Amino acid sequence: MTTEAADSAEAVGIIAPAADPGFLQRHGGTIEYVLIPGAALVAALAVFGIFVMLSGKDPLDLYFYMYYGAFGTWFSWQNTLTRAAPLILTALCTALPAQLGMVIIGGEGALLIGALTATSAALALQGLPPLVIQIAMVCAGVIGGGLWIMLAGALRQYRGVNETISSLLLVYIALAILNHLVEGAMRDPASLNKPSTREIGAANMIGTIPGTDVHWGLVFGVIAAIAAYILIYHTVFGFAARIAGGNIRAAKIVGLGVSKLILTICFLAGGAAGLAGMVEVAAVQGRTNANLAAGYGFTGILVAFLARQNPLAIIPVAILLGGISASGGLLQRRLGLPDASVLVLQGIIFVFVLASDALYGRIGFLKGKS
Amino acid sequence: MIIGEPPPPSGAFGVDAIAMTMRFGDFLALDNVELKVRPGSFHALLGENGAGKSTLVKCIMGYYHATEGDILIGGREQAIANPKDAHALGLGMVYQHFTLVPAMTVAENLVLARDDVPAVVNWPMEMKELEAFLARMPFKVPLSAKVSDISAGERQKCEILKQLYLERRFLILDEPTSVLTPAEADEVLGMLRDMVVKGELTILMITHKFREVMAFADEVTILRRGKLAGAGKVSELTPAAMARTMIGAEQLTAQPARTGEAGKARLELAKLRALDDAGAIAVHDVSLTVRAGEIVGVAGVSGNGQRQLVEVLAGQREAEGGEIRVAGDPYHASREEMRRHKMSLLPEEPLKNACVGGMSVADNIAFREFDRAPFASGGWWLNRGAFRDAARMKIDQYKIKTRMPETPISALSGGNVQRAVLARELAGDVEVLIAANPCFGLDFAAVAQIHAEIMAARNRGAAVLLVSEDLDELLELSDRLVVMFHGEFVYEARTSEADLTEVGRHMAGH
Repeated sequence: MTTEAADSAEAVGIIAPAADPGFLQRHGGTIEYVLIPGAALVAALAVFGIFVMLSGKDPLDLYFYMYYGAFGTWFSWQNTLTRAAPLILTALCTALPAQLGMVIIGGEGALLIGALTATSAALALQGLPPLVIQIAMVCAGVIGGGLWIMLAGALRQYRGVNETISSLLLVYIALAILNHLVEGAMRDPASLNKPSTREIGAANMIGTIPGTDVHWGLVFGVIAAIAAYILIYHTVFGFAARIAGGNIRAAKIVGLGVSKLILTICFLAGGAAGLAGMVEVAAVQGRTNANLAAGYGFTGILVAFLARQNPLAIIPVAILLGGISASGGLLQRRLGLPDASVLVLQGIIFVFVLASDALYGRIGFLKGKS
Repeated sequence: MIIGEPPPPSGAFGVDAIAMTMRFGDFLALDNVELKVRPGSFHALLGENGAGKSTLVKCIMGYYHATEGDILIGGREQAIANPKDAHALGLGMVYQHFTLVPAMTVAENLVLARDDVPAVVNWPMEMKELEAFLARMPFKVPLSAKVSDISAGERQKCEILKQLYLERRFLILDEPTSVLTPAEADEVLGMLRDMVVKGELTILMITHKFREVMAFADEVTILRRGKLAGAGKVSELTPAAMARTMIGAEQLTAQPARTGEAGKARLELAKLRALDDAGAIAVHDVSLTVRAGEIVGVAGVSGNGQRQLVEVLAGQREAEGGEIRVAGDPYHASREEMRRHKMSLLPEEPLKNACVGGMSVADNIAFREFDRAPFASGGWWLNRGAFRDAARMKIDQYKIKTRMPETPISALSGGNVQRAVLARELAGDVEVLIAANPCFGLDFAAVAQIHAEIMAARNRGAAVLLVSEDLDELLELSDRLVVMFHGEFVYEARTSEADLTEVGRHMAGH
C-alpha cells in the first residue's frame, strides 16, 4: 500500500526525519492483517483441542485428522474446494456492504431466494438449450438474491431500519417462503419424504471442472471475488463507496448520492449470495428443497470477518473454512466426535476473530510511528 | 501519593521540568526541553500545533513517562507514575473540551469528580459545603442548574472550579478560551489572574492567542518542533518577537488586499428552515443573499443554529422548508449542482466533516474530482498515478506537512488536515464558498494561509458565506456581518459600519 511512496518523500513537505522507514514500518499494517487473524485461528484451534481432550480424545489426532480431512489428499482437497465455492460467494454478501459501513448478516436468505428464483427460471424454460437455461439461472439467482438484500438496504436508507437485524430476519422469511413453495405450489408430487421442487434436469446442471470433481461454482466464486476487489479498489464506484463507508458526512459534503451507493452495493452483495444458491442447485442438489439451508450463508459471515472484509482475502479464508467443514466427516468416523463439533470450532473461531479486533495497532514491534 | 510523604504545601507551588526528552518510536516529540514555572505565577506555554506543548504537560500530569528528564514539584523531585499521583500532588488540568456530564447538575458534577465519593451521598450536607466553597471563590456558578443548560463560559468556569474544589493548586489549562467569547475569556482569565496574584494558585496555560499572553501571563515559554525556542518575562517581550520565536524562519502567508466590488446575487436563502437532531427548529425561516465578490460573515454564539444552517448548505442535513438558490437555480447539494456552480465547502472540524480518516491524503484531496479525467479513465477506472501526481503538486503548493501522499489523513495535525481540505476545495475556480469556523484550533501559519485563501477567493469574484464563532476573524474578513440568534438573523450591517456593542448585544439575544 505504501511501497511506491518511499521515493516520493523528497518531493513533499516532511515533518519526520527522512530516515528509511524500515521494512516493519512499511509493511507493519499488512503483517498485522495476516498475523492477528492467524493467531486468532491458532488460539481457537488450541481451545478446540482442549474441548476435544475433555471428551477423552487426543488433540494431536484431532489436528492430524483435520488436516488430513481438509487438505491431506486430492480427494479431500476436492471436497474442500467444493465447499469453499458457496462460502466465497456468501462471504461477499457480508464483505461488500461492509465497505459502506453496513453489517449485513443475511446471506443465507439471499442464497435461498437465489436458489428458488434460479430453479423457477430453469423449470419455466425447460426444453430450451442447456446453455440458455444456465445463463437464465445465473441471472435469476443474482437478481433474486440481489433484490432480497437490496430490500434490507432500502429499509435502512428510507426507513431507518437497522440493516443487521432486518437482513437476519429476512433469512427466516426467505426460509418460510421456500418451505411454502416447496410444500405447495412448486412441489414435485414424486418427492414424498422430503418435499422438493421438480429436478432442473441433468442436462442443465453446470457440471465439474474437467479433471476434477469440483464444480464450476468455484470458478464463479473466484471470479466474483476478484471482480469485487477490482470494483472496490480500482473503480470510481468503489472509491465513492469507500468514501461513504469511511465517513458519510464527507460523502455528503462532496455531493455523492449515498442512497444509490447503498442500494447498488446491497444488490451486488445479495446477488453474490443468490449466485451461491444458484450454484448449489445447478451443481449439487439439482432441485430446491430445505437441504439448501445448510448454513453456508452464516459461515460466509465468519469468512468475511476472518478476511477482514477484503474480497481477495476471502478466497483463501473460504478454502480454509471449507476445509474445516470438509474434515467434519472424518472426525466423526475416526474420532467418534459428533458431526456438529466442527460447528463448535466455527463458533470458537468467530469469538476469537471478533475479540482479536481489539489488537490492531497495539502490537508494539509492528508500530510504524508517523 | 507516596505514603509517609508530608502532604503538599498549602498555597501556590512551582513546577520545573528539567531536560525533558520524549521519544515515540523514532519520532522525537520533546528534545531536551526545560520549563520553569515559578510558584504563584501565571505562565504561558506557546507553540504551534505539534510543537510538543501537549506532550510536555502530559508528561507533567503522568499520562506519559518522559524518556529522559525530571520533574520537580515545589522544588522536590517527584516520580509521577500516573495522573492519580499528579492529582495527589495538587496538580490539575483543564482540557480544551469539556469533561462535565451534561445531563447532571453542576453540584453533582463537582461532587462526583472527587476520588472519595461515598456510596450514599448526603446531598444536603454536600450542598452546604459547596455553597461555603463557592463563597470563597471568585466565580459564581448556579449549583443546581443542569450543565446542558448553562453557557460555554459557565461550563469553563465549572471546569476550573472543579479543579479548585479538588484542592489542586497548580492548574494546567489547555487552550481554555477556545470555546469562549472574548468577553467570557477575559472574565475567566481575569479571575484566575487575581487568584494567582493572591498567591493561591500557579497557572500554566497552553495557548496560541498572544492577546491573552500579553494581558494575563507573567512569563512565557515557547516551544518549536519539540525544542525550547525561548522563554522570558512577558513584560520584556512583544507579540511580534514571540511570533518570530514560535514559528521560526517560516513565512506567514500575506493576506491579499480587499479589491473589487460586489456583483450579482450568487447564493440566496429564502425562508430556509431546518431542524436539529432532536427535531427542534434550529434554523428559523432565514433569508439571506450573498453576492459575487463579497464575504458575508455570520456571527453568533455556538449553538444558535449556525451548524444546522451550514449542514443544509453542505448537503449533510435536509432542509425542512424554504429554498436555496445558487445563481438563480434551485440547489439541493447534489454533486452535479456543486460542480456546475463551482461550490466549495470548508466545514468546521474537517476530519469529522470533510475527510475519511482512514483514506490517504492523496485520496482525500481527490474527493471532488475522482470521477473525472485525469483521475478516472473512461469515467469508471481509477488512475492511481493521477492521484499521486495531483497530490504531490497540492501538498507542495499548500504546504501540507505529511510524510507521503499515501499517509492516512488522520495521522496529520489539525492544521494540515485543513490545508488538505483547502487544497481540494479551493484548487479550481470558486464561485460560491461556504466556510464554517475554518480556523478553529489551528496555528498561526495555518490561520494566515486560510484567511489569505478566503480573501483571494473573494477577490476573484466568489460569493463567500463565512460562519464563525470568532468575532475577530469575521471583522477582519467580512464585507457584511449578520448575527444569528436562536435560529434567526437578528442584526445585519456593513462590517465597516458595524457597532461592536450592538453586535455583542444581539449575539447575547438582547
